[in-house]
Amino acid sequence: MTNSIDEISGADFILAIGTNTTEAHPIISLKIKKAQRQGATLVVVDPRRTELAERADQHMQLKPGSDIALLNALAQVIIAEDLWDKDFVAGRTEDFAAFKEVVAQYPPELAEQITGLPADMIREVARGYARACKATILYTMGVTQHICGTHNVLAVANLAMLCGQIGKESSGVNPLRGQNNVQGACDMGALPGVFTGYQAVTAADQRAKFAGAWRVAELPGRPGLTVGEMFDKAGTGEVRGMYIMGENPVLSDPDSNHVVHALEKLDFLVVQDIFLTETAALGDVILPAASFAEKDGTFSNTERRVQRVRKAIDPVGSAWADWQIICTIATAMGYPMQYATASDIFDEMAALTPSYGGISYARLEQGGIQWPCPHTGHPGTAYLHKDNFSRGPGKFNPVVYVPPAELPDAGYPLLLSTGRRYFHYHTGTMTRRTGALEVHYGTEYLEINQADAAALGITDGDIAQVSSRRGLVKVEARISKVVPQGLVFTSFHFPEVAINKLTNPAQDMVSKIPELKVCAVKVEKAC
Amino acid sequence: MAEITLSINNVNITVPQGTTVLEAAGQAGVFIPTFCHDPELTNFGACRMCVVEIEGLRSLSASCVTNATEGMVVHTDSPAVQEARKTILELLLANHPLDCLTCGRSGDCRLQDYAYLYGVKTGSFEGERHSYPLEDDNPFIVRDLNKCILCGKCVRACAEIQGNSILDFAYRGFDVKVAPAMDVSLKASDCVFCGNCVAMCPVGALQEKGLRSAAPTWEVRKVKTTCPYCGTGCSFELNVKGNKVVGVTSCDGDVNGRTLCVKGRFGYGFIHHPDRLTTPLIKKNGVFKEASWEEAIKLVAQKLGRIKAKHSSDALAVLSSARCTNEENYLLQKFTRAVLGTNNIDHCARL
Amino acid sequence: MGHLNKLRARFTRHYKDKFNRGRIVVGLGTCGFAAGGDQVLEAIRQETGIRNLDVDIDFTSCIGMCYKEPMVEISLPGMARVIYGDMTPDKVPALLESHIINKHLLKEWAVMQITEEGATLYENIVKMEDNPFFSKQLRTVTSRLGRTNPESISDYVATGGYLALDTALSMQRQDIIEEIKKSGLRGRGGGGFPTGMKWDFVSQAEGAKKYVVCNADEGDPGAFMDRSVLEGDPHAVLEGMAICGYAVGADEGYIYVRAEYPLAIKRLQTAIVRAEEYGLLGKNILGRGFNFKLMIKAGAGAFVCGEETALLTSIEGNRGMPRVRPPFPANRGLWGKPTNLNNVETYANVPFVINRGSDWYASMGTKKSKGSKVFCLTGKINNTGLIEVPMGISLREIIFSIGGGVQNGKKLKAVQIGGPSGGCICEEDLDLPVDYDSLSAAGAMMGSGGLVVLDETTCMVDIARFFLSFTQTESCGKCTPCREGTKRMLEILTRICSGAGKMEDLADLERLGRVMKNTALCGLGQTCANPILSTMRYFKEEYLAHIQDLFCPAGACRALLIYQIDTANCKGCGKCAKICPAGAIRGEKNTPHVIDLEKCIKCGACLTECSFEAIKNDAALSWNKRPNTRRSA
Repeated sequence: MTNSIDEISGADFILAIGTNTTEAHPIISLKIKKAQRQGATLVVVDPRRTELAERADQHMQLKPGSDIALLNALAQVIIAEDLWDKDFVAGRTEDFAAFKEVVAQYPPELAEQITGLPADMIREVARGYARACKATILYTMGVTQHICGTHNVLAVANLAMLCGQIGKESSGVNPLRGQNNVQGACDMGALPGVFTGYQAVTAADQRAKFAGAWRVAELPGRPGLTVGEMFDKAGTGEVRGMYIMGENPVLSDPDSNHVVHALEKLDFLVVQDIFLTETAALGDVILPAASFAEKDGTFSNTERRVQRVRKAIDPVGSAWADWQIICTIATAMGYPMQYATASDIFDEMAALTPSYGGISYARLEQGGIQWPCPHTGHPGTAYLHKDNFSRGPGKFNPVVYVPPAELPDAGYPLLLSTGRRYFHYHTGTMTRRTGALEVHYGTEYLEINQADAAALGITDGDIAQVSSRRGLVKVEARISKVVPQGLVFTSFHFPEVAINKLTNPAQDMVSKIPELKVCAVKVEKAC
Repeated sequence: MAEITLSINNVNITVPQGTTVLEAAGQAGVFIPTFCHDPELTNFGACRMCVVEIEGLRSLSASCVTNATEGMVVHTDSPAVQEARKTILELLLANHPLDCLTCGRSGDCRLQDYAYLYGVKTGSFEGERHSYPLEDDNPFIVRDLNKCILCGKCVRACAEIQGNSILDFAYRGFDVKVAPAMDVSLKASDCVFCGNCVAMCPVGALQEKGLRSAAPTWEVRKVKTTCPYCGTGCSFELNVKGNKVVGVTSCDGDVNGRTLCVKGRFGYGFIHHPDRLTTPLIKKNGVFKEASWEEAIKLVAQKLGRIKAKHSSDALAVLSSARCTNEENYLLQKFTRAVLGTNNIDHCARL
Repeated sequence: MGHLNKLRARFTRHYKDKFNRGRIVVGLGTCGFAAGGDQVLEAIRQETGIRNLDVDIDFTSCIGMCYKEPMVEISLPGMARVIYGDMTPDKVPALLESHIINKHLLKEWAVMQITEEGATLYENIVKMEDNPFFSKQLRTVTSRLGRTNPESISDYVATGGYLALDTALSMQRQDIIEEIKKSGLRGRGGGGFPTGMKWDFVSQAEGAKKYVVCNADEGDPGAFMDRSVLEGDPHAVLEGMAICGYAVGADEGYIYVRAEYPLAIKRLQTAIVRAEEYGLLGKNILGRGFNFKLMIKAGAGAFVCGEETALLTSIEGNRGMPRVRPPFPANRGLWGKPTNLNNVETYANVPFVINRGSDWYASMGTKKSKGSKVFCLTGKINNTGLIEVPMGISLREIIFSIGGGVQNGKKLKAVQIGGPSGGCICEEDLDLPVDYDSLSAAGAMMGSGGLVVLDETTCMVDIARFFLSFTQTESCGKCTPCREGTKRMLEILTRICSGAGKMEDLADLERLGRVMKNTALCGLGQTCANPILSTMRYFKEEYLAHIQDLFCPAGACRALLIYQIDTANCKGCGKCAKICPAGAIRGEKNTPHVIDLEKCIKCGACLTECSFEAIKNDAALSWNKRPNTRRSA
């Protein structure tokens, strides 16, 4: 997020795109509600009529995957009606001309055809966003999980720069991250191309710095494989061994069958987890890890706030904290890795990571700190890009609309979108073992529109068989006004409704994110 | 901002204009009891525990809703105030099940605290008491309306913080109770069980189901930590008895204040779930067999080392975790790059 | 001035024309309906049809003599209007035959005659102004009641309606407020806050949007002043509100009227529609560029919604519960906007003040309480009804001159005034002038105008219990002292009335009363102990009798009655023994019977059954003759 979570309540215009905030980020949704109570306008862009959409001043119920057409049209209106922030564009950005030329091709009337949204609604929202004092954009996977996910994000950024709605308190571009420490995992360099703090592995000086600190002769300079590529290469035998810590790609990744085949082909798979997940079951060795309650550490949340995780109890059974396991394996492989405490690890990392440089456990005792925090006297950074962008001037990257990779056809006439539910989390390994959440919300269902259900002879509570070109699942159908005609929706929390057997692994070219939000399916009443 | 000076219990204190008498007293270090007041909620002025005597006024004033004014002379402990507070406590206790011996909130209950403070033993008024059935049909919250003192914090928490307005007052007179629309149970309502009402309840009317049946309040140790679910980063306190996490309660989080969602507040049960892996497992002939750490580590080191030697570093790939700590992610990428010698490390950032 | 003048000319002509024809007018306020006025009207329609009588038939509202309803007024051209009372459908043929056909006054049923200019008077029938019920009244806001058709804007305008609004719209806003201030008009809802000062606050309050709200949520037991005014002269309220709206700078108003007043709501609705039709409400009123839209909000019948902040909360769509003041509605009222809130009677007074001037208004009443006040006479009084008297009149005059004294020649014990928030005034204090300050000093309050007469058969403990049971069920439950305190006070009083009282109860009642007065959130809670405190002040011995002697001096508390057979009168007929459901009466035939007090359930069946007045309950026996029957319990 460029801004802090709490700043959301200070915005006077909130454009929430592809985020089911009340369910996926309930506490962040409270800030949105607070802003609304204080008079803010809320516009929700979502193919589904979610609770947030119900609460919105304007619900833009667009066709799945048509975001760029909408975002470009918003920009087109703002430029055509002369509502853009000329000082900001002139002073802080570059390549505006190219952007202007591209969005000029997206008048609201064209966007109406692509998105299904009335042109006047697009105009009204454009004016509201541009004229607001502090407009903020929130988005999540509804924007990113498309083959054009990166372009969607660029289109969002373009819009914000066009109106100067970034780099201010309560105004910016704010992706809400889905997992407790997904921000931290990225910050820590658990990515194929970067060390901690996004220091590129391709840069020789960075490599030298880390090699020196880690006391190794050299470090590999070629970016590694992404998740999807790992499974592809496992399938072809190029990857022979995998070490998976705390992930369950069999359920969470698209085209599960493909993932299972790939993992089965490996020579060796070690899985480190707190439960015997669907992925762990395929492992050769399973290492029992400690849960968050059993270890010390830090998480970095979606607003870049580094906060303490504290050990409350000893690990159950003979489980170990993940960091202790890693240290032991490294040592066994001839690389002595020894730390007395998690704090020591953090200090080593902070010394190598400028954005974390000023953070320490001692400081975190006083409360969380938002990076960048380059030195110990620095208070942390509530919002980014105040005076300039990281790369200097903000670059307009004009993008064009491309339809989703797989659209409904005669064989698979409905569109499937997937997402999260309020009562569950991710692949359900935790939430379905709480003794409470799964008791209250025990089975998953498929949201289907009344018209589609009627056409298929499905009534509320029937078991539906949902199939795509890649697989099929059976799931209870629930007739719902949340989804429009032509769209069905369910979550990926339930192994018995392993919906990722159906989803499309087609990826975004840049980020390699799979298009989990759109694939074509067929729904039938199960016999 | 303009400042005003008032006298509280014969001591002058200067506060900004707009400060309530309750806040001013707090700044002066003078304790005033409250049930219905909470700084995060709108001022309700209902419980009347916080009444004070202000010279020149006919009746006592609720300090939580009375703004301090220049020259105001306040007495927080006069005989009239004492009588009022004791009487209010007696009235509340007259309609309260005095089952503190078994109540899950005993030791963490304002009614209990104030009864002690003011030496009110039991209700001196005999008469009807409510006997509502216990609402226990959901796995998260136990609602015992017999213990409710109708401070309305839950009503305001639901409306003003959660924004859902599930709860409101219903009926009139002595029969007033807090209820969802149509007086159904929480389970039958649109309640999302965030439990933010529970966090606000000053007595035992709303209790966390698991926590309050697991341990009396004084046997619980609290450890502040960060929620393991979504990316919001809410803080809460793990409630620990012995070596067992028995519940979650709110603390003052940087991000979330005292609010939590159903997963954060009630989703801790997995920690002690029997499915937890408690020992290393090694697959032999397609079946997992329990193994010692020594054995398992040795095998992992051998196998990874062998693939690296036989094929190449890039024949190895590592998936790190958005669920693990920064320290662990740091170490795993260090391990991947420095020990395995590859950049094949990624995690599920895109899901 | 053109628009209203034209209307006035036309409507005045209509109004005068009415009296050039024979006409029959039936009183159709809620009391008229309840007494069967609609059936009388129907009988009149039929009878005039059958007899082919050339008369107009009209209706009006209650003139105030509720005890005489249904009332029918008959007028013939050139003759005084005659009002008949206690009419029934079967009296109609004889009435019409006599008065219309034979032009002969039916003296037996006639109540009074109303003189119009130039009309010939009937002999031997009292004029309205000489009728004792009216002679000491001073009718301002009730002047149209029973006189005009409340659903006719024509009648209203013809009798001076909307002239005040017309005048006001040509005045400076602040001048109107000054005029109201000078009149000394104080809030008629009970609080007695100076109306002009309140208007000034709202006028001074910052904000472009302001509201005018009328509190018509009348809820005191035995009070129906507002209902009568709304049913009888709805336009006066609208006009008063519009004047207020103009003066304070509001363009919208709400009338909050309880849904239990369907007739008032209907007449208000009709009045609003008509007034808008004639450009007297709505957009660009009287062509002067002033807009004022009025809406009706029907309340769901919660007593506490009569409290101003609860009322506003209820209009906003929330549960009617009082909010803390300050901020007062004048600064932060409806939807947080400055709001002027007055009650029905206050607004209805406004057009009169404007029309006749503040000096005229201030000439009525006492030094601090100006003008007239409407009261409802109920309880053990002969003339139950609605009256309007000048401030400062004594209660004795109200009860004995206007009200005709206590029913059945019983002795007056006290007057309960001010409803559940008020208190009792006992016989000795009846000469107190009726004004805000005197009543408060006596432990009662002006209240909205409910006046309940209690006679010697009324138990004062029971009366306190009655009011507490009312406030307890009507408490909104928000603040602890009111919700829980009223409950415990009611329980104590119920115990005392049932003979289970303890001396400590009196101290508890006093303490609870004091704490509630000191700490309750709204006026309802702060004052709801008044009925107890004032009866304890004036009738302490009755409380002591209940507790110490298990005796109810008034004979009203059934649990404390002791039934006995007077052996001197008992003939031994055995009827009482036969009817007794508890088998408590025994005796040989033809010899005096005896009641077994242990078995007696005090149902009173024997008392009713006895033909020889041989059965007495304790109340009829003198105190010192009571046998020593203190129950062991």
